[in-house]
Amino acid sequence: MNYFTTNSSLPWLILLLPLTSAAVITLFTRRSKSWSAAISVVAVLGSFICSCLVFVRLDISAPEFTWLDIRGTLQVPIGFVLDDLSRLMLLIVSGVGSIIHIYSLGYMRDDAGESRYFAALSLFMLAMLGIVLANNFVMLFIFWELVGFTSYVLIGHWFDRDAAAEAGKKAFITTRIGDFGFMIGILMIWIASGSLVFDDIIAHLSKITSNPAYLTVAVLLIFCGAVGKSAQFPLHVWLPDAMEGPTPVSALIHAATMVAAGVYLLVRVAFLIQASQTALLVIAWIGTITALLGGLIATQQSDIKKILAYSTMSQLGYMIMAVGLTSNEAAMFHLFTHAFFKALLFLAAGSIIVSLHHEQNIWRMGGLSRNLKLTFATFFVGALALIGCPPFSGFFSKDAILALAYQNNSAIFAVGLTTAFLTAFYVSRAIVVVFFGKPRTDLARAGKESPAVMTAPLIILAVFSFIAGFPVFARNFLVVPREKEVAVIVPALAMAALIVGSGAAIWLYRKRDRDPLSIGVIRNRLYFDEFYEWLIDSTQELLARVAAFFDRWVIDGGAVRGLSGATFGFGSLLRLFQVGNLQAYAFLFGLGIVAIIYFTIFH
Amino acid sequence: MLLFLVLCPIAAAILILIGAPARFTALVSAILNFIVGLVLFLEFDRSATGFQFVSSTVVSTDWGIHFAFGVDGLNLLMLSLATIVTVAAIWFTGNIGNYERGFYASLLFISAGAIGAFASIDLFFFYAFHELALIPTFLLIGIWGTGNRSRAAWKITIYLTVGSFILLIGLIMLYQSLPAAARSFDFRELQSVVARNGIADATQRHIYLLLLIGFGVLISLFPFHSWAPEAYASAPAPAAMLHAGVLKKFGLYGLLRLAAPLLPDGAHYWTGLLVVLLLGNIIYIGLVTIAQRRLDWMLGYSSVMHMGYIFLGIASANAVGNTGAATLIFAHGLSIALLFAIAGQIRERTGTLSFDDLGGLAKVMPFAGLTFGFAAFAAIGLPGLANFASEIMIFFGAFRHGWEMQRFHLFQVATVLALWGVVISTVYMLRAYRATFMGTMPERWEKVADLSRSLRIPAAILIAALLAVGFFPQMVVNIVTPAIRTYFTASK
Repeated sequence: MNYFTTNSSLPWLILLLPLTSAAVITLFTRRSKSWSAAISVVAVLGSFICSCLVFVRLDISAPEFTWLDIRGTLQVPIGFVLDDLSRLMLLIVSGVGSIIHIYSLGYMRDDAGESRYFAALSLFMLAMLGIVLANNFVMLFIFWELVGFTSYVLIGHWFDRDAAAEAGKKAFITTRIGDFGFMIGILMIWIASGSLVFDDIIAHLSKITSNPAYLTVAVLLIFCGAVGKSAQFPLHVWLPDAMEGPTPVSALIHAATMVAAGVYLLVRVAFLIQASQTALLVIAWIGTITALLGGLIATQQSDIKKILAYSTMSQLGYMIMAVGLTSNEAAMFHLFTHAFFKALLFLAAGSIIVSLHHEQNIWRMGGLSRNLKLTFATFFVGALALIGCPPFSGFFSKDAILALAYQNNSAIFAVGLTTAFLTAFYVSRAIVVVFFGKPRTDLARAGKESPAVMTAPLIILAVFSFIAGFPVFARNFLVVPREKEVAVIVPALAMAALIVGSGAAIWLYRKRDRDPLSIGVIRNRLYFDEFYEWLIDSTQELLARVAAFFDRWVIDGGAVRGLSGATFGFGSLLRLFQVGNLQAYAFLFGLGIVAIIYFTIFH
Repeated sequence: MLLFLVLCPIAAAILILIGAPARFTALVSAILNFIVGLVLFLEFDRSATGFQFVSSTVVSTDWGIHFAFGVDGLNLLMLSLATIVTVAAIWFTGNIGNYERGFYASLLFISAGAIGAFASIDLFFFYAFHELALIPTFLLIGIWGTGNRSRAAWKITIYLTVGSFILLIGLIMLYQSLPAAARSFDFRELQSVVARNGIADATQRHIYLLLLIGFGVLISLFPFHSWAPEAYASAPAPAAMLHAGVLKKFGLYGLLRLAAPLLPDGAHYWTGLLVVLLLGNIIYIGLVTIAQRRLDWMLGYSSVMHMGYIFLGIASANAVGNTGAATLIFAHGLSIALLFAIAGQIRERTGTLSFDDLGGLAKVMPFAGLTFGFAAFAAIGLPGLANFASEIMIFFGAFRHGWEMQRFHLFQVATVLALWGVVISTVYMLRAYRATFMGTMPERWEKVADLSRSLRIPAAILIAALLAVGFFPQMVVNIVTPAIRTYFTASK
C-alpha cells in the first residue's frame, strides 16, 4: 500500500482539517473571535477542495487505521468507503457547509460566543464527513453520535436562554432514543454476519437473510436511528424546537446535512433493507406519514423558522418514502436538491430575521419585498423549488418520488400528492404574509438588506436551487432516476396540487393582518409534545420517584437498620461504632488480620 | 519502581505529619508518582506475558507471606488510573480550614492503599492495603465532610468493613480449598495451583458467592449500594474523587484478578444472579438518579449506576467484555473524578449544589462549564472519549455471550436493557448540566469566579487521558487483552 501519496491522504485530510480547526480554536483562540472564524472557514474550504479532488479522481484509496481489534473478534477500523454515493455526499456536505460558514461570518459577527460557535461548526463538519466516509457500522455510529453532540452544542449556543437550553437537551435525548435501537440493530447484524464492515457484511449476507424475521427486526432497529436523526414520526418533536439555535445552524444541520444523515444511512445499508419486504413497507409508510404530518403542521405555524422546520421534516419524509419504495436514486436526488433549496430558504429567512432585529413571527412582517429585494428574490427561488414548480430543482426530484409512488403504491401516492398540495399552501402563505401587503410593524417598515457576506451565499444557493434538478446538470453528480413510461398524469396531478394549493393560500392570505384560518389542533402541533410530556411524566418520572422513595426508605433504611440491628450478635460490635471512635474500627481491622493469621497457621 | 509507587505517598504523608509543608509535599509526591506511573506504562513490555517489574521481600517464611509486587496489563491500567487521579485530587484540594496536614496525609494514605492493593501480587497485602485506605476515607468524611457527615462517615465505614469482612472469609476459604502442600498467597502460585488441581464445583460456588458479595459491597453492587451516594455527597471533593475514582475499583479489580480466573465454575454458576443485580444498578439506580435534585447526590448515584456496566463486562466472561470492563474502570475513574472535582469547586463558591439554586453558571464559569461538559459527556458515552470505547466493548462482549439467532437469551436482554440505561444516563446528565450551567442565572452568582488558572492543569490531564483512550483504545486493548487471555487459558 502506498501510504504517503497525495491520493491516499486526501480522505484523511477531509477529516483532519476540521478536527484540527476545532482543536486549535478550543485550545488557543477562544479569546480571538476573528482568528477562530478564519481558522474554521479555511478548514472547511480545505475540506471542500479535497472533496472536489476526491470526486473527480477515481483512483483514490486511503490506508485504514485500526481503532479497535480484540483478538479478531471485534474489529473496528477507521476506514473509508469511496463510492459514488459517498463522493456525492462529500460534495454536498462540504459545499453547503462552506457556504454556510461564510454566511456565518456575517450572521454571528456580534456574538460573544463566536469562537465556541465556529469550533462546534468545525466539529460538526468532521462528524458529518465522518458519517459519509465510514466503511463500517461502529465508525458510522461514532460520527453519528458526534453529529448529535455538535447539534446539541449549537442548538444550545445561546445557553443562557431557557428555551435554547431545553431545546438542545430535547434534541439530544430524542435522537439518542433512536440510537438505542440503532445500536441493537448493529449488534444483531455484527453477531450474525461476523463483521461490522459493510463490504464484509454484503459478502456474508446469506448468514442474516437465512432468518427473515431476524433480518426484519435488525433492519427496523437500524431504521430507528434514522427516525431519530432525520426527525421522522414519531421522533420528530425535537426538530422544530431545534430552531432555537442560530439560523445558519438551522440551515446547515437541521435542513441540509445532519437530518439527511438518516437518509444517507438507509441508502448506505440498502443491501440489508431491500432484503426485507416488511421493513421496506414500514419505512415507506413512516416516511409518508411524516411527510403528511410535517406539511399539515407547517400550514398553521407563525414562526418563519418553524414553518421551514416542519417543511424540512415533510421533505425528509419524501426521501424516506423513496427509500422504502426501493429507489435510492430518487431519495438521493431529492436529498441533493433539497440541500440547496432548503439551505437557501433558511439563510434567506436568517437575512430577514437579522434585518428585523431577531423578529421571527411572520405576522409582524409584511411588505418586505420592497426593502429586502435580494433576500426576497432568492427566497422566492427557494420557495419555487420547494413547491416543485417546473423547471426549478424541486420539481424534478419530487416528481421522481411521486412517479415512484404512483407505480408502486397508490395509497402512498395519494398521501404524497396531498402533501404536495399542503407544501404549495404553506409556502405561498409564508410568501404572501412575509413579503406582500403592508408592513405590519415599524420594524418591518425599517428593515434593511443584509451585508454582502450574507447575500452572496444566497445568490450562489439560488443558482443551484434553480439548476440542480436539470438532468443535464444533475447527471454529473448522481444517477437521475429515469421515469419509465409513467403517464403524464403524475406531473399533471402534481401541477394541479401546486396550483390549487398556492391559489388557495393567496386567496386566503392576501391583505390579512391575522390568520383567517385558526385550527388549534394543527397550530398546537397535534399535541405531540403534550402527549410525550404526559407519557414521560406518567412512566419514567413516576418510576424514578417511586424508585428514589424505595431506595431511601426501604433499601437504605432497611439495610442500615438490618446492619445495626442486634441480629447475629453482630449488633454489639456495630454499636461500638455508633458510640463513635476510631479505636473500634482499628480493632476490627486488627481482628481481620488476626483471623488471617489464625487460619493460616492452624489449617 | 512499584515499591516506589507505594512508598512515595506513605513517605510524603509521614513527612507532612511531622512538619513538612503539606500541600507542597503532597503535590510533589503525587507528581513524582504520576511520572513514575507514566514511565511504567511506557516501559511495560507489551509482548511479554505474566507479571513484570516483580519485586518480592519475604515477610514470613512460615506462612509464605511476601511483600511482593508486580504488574501485568490489568493492574498496569489500574496503577495508571490511581496515579493520575491522585495528582488531580491533590491539586484540586482547596483551602482546608483545620488540620490541613491531616487532610493531605489522609489523601496520600488512600492513594498508597489503592496503589498497594493494585500492585500487590500477594493475597495478604492485596487485602491489607485496601484496609489501610479505609481508615483515612472515614476520617476525611467524618472530619472535613459537609452535610450530615458523621452519619455518612459511619455508614460507609460500617458497610465497607462488613464488605471487607465477607471478602476476608471468602479469601480464607479460597486459601483453605487448596491442597495443604500447595497453599500460597502468591497470585502466580495460586494461578498455577488452580490450573493444575482445580477447585471442586460446589466449593467454587460458595467461595465465589462470598467474593461477589464482599467485593460487591465495596463496589456498591445493587442492593448493597446505599452507602455510596450519601458518602460521596458528604465527602470533600478530593476524597470523593479518590474513592469513587480509584479505591472503589479495588473490588472490580479483585473480581477480574481473582474471582473470575480462579473460580470460573463458580462465576458461571452465579452469572444469572449477577446479571439481575447489575441490571438493578443500571435500570433501578438509573431511575433513582433521575429523581435526584442535588448535583452531588446525582453524581453519587450515577457512579453507582455505571458500576453496572463494568459488572456486565465482567459477567460476559469473554475477552471482549472483560477488556471493556477493565477499560471502563479506567475511564469511569477519570470522568467521575473530574465531575466530583468541578462539583466541589461549585460548592466552594456557591455553598449549594441544589438544582433549584443553581443555573446558568457557564456564563461566569466558562472553563468549569467546558470541563464539566467534557466529563459529563464522557460519562454518558460520547465517542472520542474513553468511556464510549469501553462501553462498546462491553456491549459487544455481552451481546455475544450465548447468542443464538432464534431467540434472545439472558445476555442479549441484559445488553438491550443496558443500552436503554444509556438513554437514562443521558437524561439525568443533561438535566443536571442544564440545571447547573445553562439557562437563566440567579443574580447572586454574578460575582462567582471561574476555576483558577492553575486548576486547568489537573483538569487538562484528566481530559487528555480520556481523549487519548477514546481516540486510541487499541493502546489500552494491546495491554489489557493479553493479560485477560492468559487468565482464561490458564483456568481452563
